[in-house]
Amino acid sequence: MKNSGQVLTGADIFFECLRQEKVEYVFGYPGGAVLKIYEHLYDVDFLKHILVRHEQGAVHAAEGYAKASGKVGVVLVTSGPGATNTVTGIADAYMDSVPIVVFTGQVSSHLIGNDAFQEADIVGITRPITKHNFLVRDVKELAATIKKAFFIASSGRPGPVVVDLPKDVIAAKCQFTYPEEVDLRGYKPNYKGHTNQIKKAAEVISKAKRPLLYVGGGVIMSGSSEELKIFARENKLPVTMTLQGLGAYPGTDELSLGMLGMHGTYWANRAVDSCDVLVSLGARFDDRVTGKVDTFCTKAYKIHVDIDPTAIDKNVVVDLPIVGDVKHVLAELAAEMTTKPDTSAWLAQIDEWREECPLSYEDKDGKLRTEFVIDRICEKTNGDAVIVTDVGQHQMWTAQHYKYNNPRSNLTSGGLGTMGFSLPASIGAAFAVPDRTVVSISGDGGFQMNIQELTTAVANKLPIKIFIINNSFLGMVRQWQELFHAEKFSFTDLGASNPDFVKVGEAFGIESYSTSDPKEVDGLLDKALAVKDRPVLIEFRVVKADMVFPMIPSGASISDMMVKRLNPKRMT
Amino acid sequence: MKHTISVLVENHFGAFDRVATMFSGKGFNIRSISIGETEIEEISRMTIVTEGDDQIIDQVVKQLNRLIDTIKVVDLSDAPRVERELALIKVSVPKGAMEEIKNINDIFRGNIVDITNKSLTIEVTGPPDKIDAAINLLSAFGIKEIARSGIVALKRGEQVRILKEKNITT
Repeated sequence: MKNSGQVLTGADIFFECLRQEKVEYVFGYPGGAVLKIYEHLYDVDFLKHILVRHEQGAVHAAEGYAKASGKVGVVLVTSGPGATNTVTGIADAYMDSVPIVVFTGQVSSHLIGNDAFQEADIVGITRPITKHNFLVRDVKELAATIKKAFFIASSGRPGPVVVDLPKDVIAAKCQFTYPEEVDLRGYKPNYKGHTNQIKKAAEVISKAKRPLLYVGGGVIMSGSSEELKIFARENKLPVTMTLQGLGAYPGTDELSLGMLGMHGTYWANRAVDSCDVLVSLGARFDDRVTGKVDTFCTKAYKIHVDIDPTAIDKNVVVDLPIVGDVKHVLAELAAEMTTKPDTSAWLAQIDEWREECPLSYEDKDGKLRTEFVIDRICEKTNGDAVIVTDVGQHQMWTAQHYKYNNPRSNLTSGGLGTMGFSLPASIGAAFAVPDRTVVSISGDGGFQMNIQELTTAVANKLPIKIFIINNSFLGMVRQWQELFHAEKFSFTDLGASNPDFVKVGEAFGIESYSTSDPKEVDGLLDKALAVKDRPVLIEFRVVKADMVFPMIPSGASISDMMVKRLNPKRMT
Repeated sequence: MKHTISVLVENHFGAFDRVATMFSGKGFNIRSISIGETEIEEISRMTIVTEGDDQIIDQVVKQLNRLIDTIKVVDLSDAPRVERELALIKVSVPKGAMEEIKNINDIFRGNIVDITNKSLTIEVTGPPDKIDAAINLLSAFGIKEIARSGIVALKRGEQVRILKEKNITT
């Protein structure tokens, strides 16, 4: 190992550790407490530092990088406000189990607790939103701590880890050795599922009449899409996916039912309600999936495969838990399947439901609608792009209409629902997978929450397709106001105050377009997709008051599913 | 139902805080909590009394296990165990009541650890219901202050050889 055994400063040790971890990119922002690190960064050639324009952007960029590549995303920020600005991103990564390591500067050890300039107790602040965090108190602990941080972030159920680096620790010197292995006696993730449980699961699935695979982000994180494809197709098992699970199974495949839950497809939710065996793979039965727990999937024998034991029996009590990595479990499960279930009648029933209530939208009135835009993006990119959405209506329409062919293609803030996620996350994705088309889709509200990252995209000549779905409203909040809050559209109408997005784009030096004409969409998409060396921005001015359907209201049952608007006078 | 959960944690800066933060963040109850050193220098034992139905206790144990700094989590509730708590009870001594208070102290095998003209401080050790009973009897004289340690507990019988199994060197 290079430099091993040498006496180095904390700052040098920091970079040597990143070299050992094969870090390619660090998303960061300099400041007082990390000046020493930035001084040494000047001469570092084995990784690239990407200067963001706000620390929240750095964390989302690291998340985008991690989600698109499967590697650990790395963030470097200063103390105090630099650190607190990362909080939303860290909480986002925690909820969606994204492996990132966030290095925060800290005031010198002797000043900690003194209300020193730019001091914040970031370890205390981030304790409930990190998988683990560290305050490095001695330079001798630095290398081992960084090794642990990367190991914890990327193993088991992944998640964010914060490493707080006091200024004096960075400046101090010690002999550098990077540990070969990590042994944390309190942390031993269990990858291999219990063999007898898996045998039992195979037996139950073999005998099922109406089995259903319910697939979450764990399938993508564990890299088991291929295993899933083989298992589902061999046994003719229909597959429904959570928001984070989209892409785990090809969206165009006949066994795919699309997304389930609050804005899931009618047929996926009917299938959940009627199935006799539900096999959950790397999903966590969250409230956007289950609605009212008492009436969720009541007829089924439930099998739950998850690497995190706390996910099991947390929201829904299951019949057969299997704690383990989906990849290992699926492989073993496939091998244990001696007879295949006969699902032909079940699949025919699901097809009837598909016919009964397909995803549809008005496309004859000449007005531009989000669903149409997403359909065209899907067609033009053959379902192969990396789609990075923000949060709200456009996110749900994208989930419904974009047919992902591949895993690590759907990057979205699911658990925390962080507006402002898309643009910075797409920057991280563009670095992670430079050979793939990266599309950022935001609403007019969320786009303005991390708008400063346009600079980062331009400065790095990233060919991101920046699409703004502008309905002049905080659309999803508006939808809830119309449905559940007496049509009081309180502070959701952004129309009059929105900026001119084309001028905004141009001010940042980005070629920008705007349209409200469905006939122009294909032409603009072709133009944008042809650009390979810089970002392009398109604003789609869509109808103002559309709503996302189907919808199962929060905490309600499948029988409460709304499939269309009840008050047509609002349809403008 | 009340549960006594024994947790071995790394004797690290912040380990206690992680446990407390988990309880408050997840909305779990802590009835009492105590922490102290063990026979191994870098490991502390926390004894937590919590309550909830089976599903909640299942989650409490799993969430405790999930913390990186926890080494071993055992719900002692169904096991034969020794549970002890210590209380310091400062009680008023009305005129002529001294003998009676001393009697109560003797019955509970307490120690008088501080004395003034008007008050006595009694140290009582035992299972929590014994301490409750002592407090109950002493309250007739007027209690000025109480400090309770929270429960510490160990499984009865042979030592739980968890640490050896996990290959922990002392």
